[in-house]
Amino acid sequence: MTMSRLYEHPEIYLILAAFLLAVGVYGLIRRRTLIGMLIAGELIFSAASLNFLALNRFVAPDPAIGQIFVLFIMGLAAAEVAIALSIIIAVYRNYRSIKAKELSELNG
Amino acid sequence: MTSFPASDLIVGGLFGLFVGTTVAGALLAVISARIVRSVCGLAMCCVGLAGLYYFLHSPFLALMEILIYVGAVCVTIVFAIMLAEPEETTERPQRGAGVLWGGGALLVSAVIFWGVSRLGVHAEWTAPAVRTTDGSVQAIGVALLTTYSLAFELISLVLLMAILGALAIARSGRTKP
Repeated sequence: MTMSRLYEHPEIYLILAAFLLAVGVYGLIRRRTLIGMLIAGELIFSAASLNFLALNRFVAPDPAIGQIFVLFIMGLAAAEVAIALSIIIAVYRNYRSIKAKELSELNG
Repeated sequence: MTSFPASDLIVGGLFGLFVGTTVAGALLAVISARIVRSVCGLAMCCVGLAGLYYFLHSPFLALMEILIYVGAVCVTIVFAIMLAEPEETTERPQRGAGVLWGGGALLVSAVIFWGVSRLGVHAEWTAPAVRTTDGSVQAIGVALLTTYSLAFELISLVLLMAILGALAIARSGRTKP
């Protein structure tokens, strides 16, 4: 693979998607607040979308299907963000904090 | 391709710019201590991803990525930050358990990165013999209104339910003194 045509190969996109997934998992483990975890989850969604589109461009016989699937992923991500943020705001009202460590009322 | 001088170089440079934006945005999103900077990192990452989608012959999804992620998701998260004011600036210096936890997270993510990228690089990706559609916006629209019309309607139902549920959850604490 030559350097000038790097964007014509699926490998670079797959490696980038793996990087996004790894960074998202790292943030999900490392973050202490709920909003930080939500942002890391969005990165994981992006990794899945990029993977879908890369394979859709280079491997799939019908290039419309992957795009439609990624549209559905975006819709689900938007719904998830709406629900998660309303839960976070409700938690903040009750606990005055959104740190994951302090939400331990159900802890046995 | 075209006779425009150095067009290959320009396209390659743009590709590198988008890859760099995505990587930098993702790193900023998880590493920075302030949560507002982390949202800015997410927005940067999404702009870079939109450029990569353009390189993957999906200009419609590039537009949608900017519209939905940068325009809706990031702005909503910023609103939630303003309402909930997370205080991550008063971070105390890391103790032994914190360093161990961070090392474990780094190890897990490095293993995931290594394994998944190795899978992606070493697999045999064969181009399809024949393409049934060209993947244009017209093909997406036709497929959404014929084959995937039920899924499309279900997504709209899910979004409606999510909005109603979000309103119901966020409203319940309003009467608190």
